[in-house]
Amino acid sequence: MYRLSRRGLLQGAAGVAAAGTLGGCAMGGDDAKGGDAKGATSANNPLGVKEDAPLEVVIFNGGFGEEYAKAHEALYKERYPKAEIKHSATQQIAETLQPRFVAGDPPDVIDNSGGSQIDFNGLVSQGALTDLGELLDAPSLDDPAKKVRDTLLPGIVDVGSYDGKFLTLNYAYSAYGIWYSKKLFDAKGWEYPKTWADMIALCKTIKAAGMAPWTYTGVHARYMSWPILAAAAKLGGIEVIKAIDNLEPNAWKHEAVKAAADAYYQLAVDGFLQPGAEGMDHIQAQTEWCRGHAAFVSCGSWLENEQKSVTPPGFDMAVAPTPSLTTGDKLPFGAFRGTGSEPFIVPAKGKNVRGGMEYLRVMLSRKAAADFTTKVSSLTAVTGAADGLSLSPGLTSVTELIDASQGSAFTWLYSTYYRKLERERVNAASLELFTKRITASQWCDQVQKSADEFAKDPAIKKYKRS
Amino acid sequence: MWGKRLFIAVFLIPPLLLYGIFVVSPYAQAFQISGTNWSGLSPAYEFVGLDNFRRLLDDGYFWTALKHNGLLLVLLPVATIMLGLFFASMISVGGRADRAGVHGVRGSGFYRVVYFFPQVLSVAIIGVLWKEMYAPHTGMINGFLRGIGLDGLAVAWLGDPRFSFWCVLAVLVWMNVGFYVVLFGAAMQSIPRDLYEAALLDGAGRVTTLVRVTVPLLWDTIQVAWVYLAIVAIDGFAVVQIITDGGPGSSSDVVGLRLYKTAFADGQFGYASAIGVAMFFLTLTVAVMFLRVTRRERVEL
Repeated sequence: MYRLSRRGLLQGAAGVAAAGTLGGCAMGGDDAKGGDAKGATSANNPLGVKEDAPLEVVIFNGGFGEEYAKAHEALYKERYPKAEIKHSATQQIAETLQPRFVAGDPPDVIDNSGGSQIDFNGLVSQGALTDLGELLDAPSLDDPAKKVRDTLLPGIVDVGSYDGKFLTLNYAYSAYGIWYSKKLFDAKGWEYPKTWADMIALCKTIKAAGMAPWTYTGVHARYMSWPILAAAAKLGGIEVIKAIDNLEPNAWKHEAVKAAADAYYQLAVDGFLQPGAEGMDHIQAQTEWCRGHAAFVSCGSWLENEQKSVTPPGFDMAVAPTPSLTTGDKLPFGAFRGTGSEPFIVPAKGKNVRGGMEYLRVMLSRKAAADFTTKVSSLTAVTGAADGLSLSPGLTSVTELIDASQGSAFTWLYSTYYRKLERERVNAASLELFTKRITASQWCDQVQKSADEFAKDPAIKKYKRS
Repeated sequence: MWGKRLFIAVFLIPPLLLYGIFVVSPYAQAFQISGTNWSGLSPAYEFVGLDNFRRLLDDGYFWTALKHNGLLLVLLPVATIMLGLFFASMISVGGRADRAGVHGVRGSGFYRVVYFFPQVLSVAIIGVLWKEMYAPHTGMINGFLRGIGLDGLAVAWLGDPRFSFWCVLAVLVWMNVGFYVVLFGAAMQSIPRDLYEAALLDGAGRVTTLVRVTVPLLWDTIQVAWVYLAIVAIDGFAVVQIITDGGPGSSSDVVGLRLYKTAFADGQFGYASAIGVAMFFLTLTVAVMFLRVTRRERVEL
């Protein structure tokens, strides 16, 4: 009689395992070719979209939701009635789509945003993204005489470019600055300070009035690295930031960065930060601010939408640029960090690359952009698309900020080039700084050390900003 | 003859196939991937030999995470099992003794149910719940401390690298202890009551009874508990990710979280797999060592 021995059973199992390995390998096999076949071009269809090619769009279902995308898809469908559009939305972009990139079967358009966005360093170094240069040079939907490139706000092309190639379209426009409640300031007779000395003086007044001058999120303490870097850029000029973006040696130890870090460190030393803030996440800290427990908070312009449910009526939130550190700052007081967010990409191996680009062109039409602004109260990358719309208080202050800056807005790119450097290293160092465990110059040293690690790591692709 | 073989095969093949595809094959692939620089976004990769493991040796962040797992491995089972034993014995033999035998404390049925509550909640809910409990201003813990006048102790629990790890450990103990109370409680029910009564008659105190009678008789159960808790300690990913995300800095980081971030946030699947392979051997070593150490003969009374 045949008897199954234990060894036989194990051998059988090993055989099954081997078959499984062959059958379902995680690393994918064939190198599928993208569907970049160009159809006939015409004035109405400059990108040569195949009219009946189906289009798949995946949206990050975060602060902006997914409704705006459905409206955009309807606009696309209007232009190409024969195209089937497949829409889906998720919060887990990387987890959902990573296997599809490997299989060579990515969607045609992805809103690669949120906490689990796919790392751009990986996407770019693997050549997984379509060069959108052609889209930039295509005529805009509203005015055939104007290129898409010329309808975008300053900074959008910069922040989406890697080594000179425009690979991501950051659709939403975010202004970063220091937020306060106009209602509160009017009631108390306070005025937003234009210089750092005034800021410290005002903080004293606020503290004396029994309120914490500042709150911040300790969990995401990098939010507080934003005003530091913005102040440094204003003090020392944009070159300071470019050195940081290019991972240059001692870029973080530049005098301007040190001076800025020292200025903000003063907030911790003088006890102007809300006690306990080091243990709060961004929602908890922003909610403290909305409840009137603190006067200032550092954030980007998504703040208003994020806090919609807890903002008291008439709170009248407003954003302002970081105060100038000295009278000799290289950039004017009005300069602020303005940059794109909500990065849309067209994977190179999508089945309908042309359609993907056309979809972005549709998104960049004034009609689509105005619809986005109305639905999610955020500005878009399209210049002047919000003109004539009735905007909420926070958004109004953002448009005023942009107007007042007169083109002096700037941004840094190291956080998109080397996401982890900001999200983990700068984040950790900033919490240490604002809990007074390290001083400003130690903060510079610590971040510089991390930046050097990134510069040395051969596994990380480096980019050069010019 | 053939009928019998077919019969056996019909029962064996489906589970073996499932096991092969969903357990053995991913493990085998992790070993393969750990030798590459695969980014996880395209089918392209190069073999880099043992580079990933060499890098692992110099990676301070990995060692910090590993140190936390090591601490969990020592502290979590000890704390959970001791608390579990204490609660379970209070419930079944902690109360008065009379002519009808030994009783549990008053309301023991109620406690039994309450202790089990955390087990019913999903890990995600437990994580979010505790994150709010620890919140500096709105959290219940600081609310309680302020309420009894201990304002000085109401600190930002999760924002301080001195406390964050211990906060996570406390949550892990809290969420696990209930299950072991029930497990030990059930095992204690099977210990004959007259043993306790005999021990009491011989003048043994409660503590002596617990150490000399209960623990030896529960040894098999405790051993199982230890293995389960060791698995929880080596993992710890979900709770840490939700409550502290490893922070501040990497003061509460664990290896599982490091692996996840390396793979999905940094797009370095090759290196992440190397971390996974290291974990595999580590877990294996711990399991083998543990089984060796606790192997002992059946208790004779």
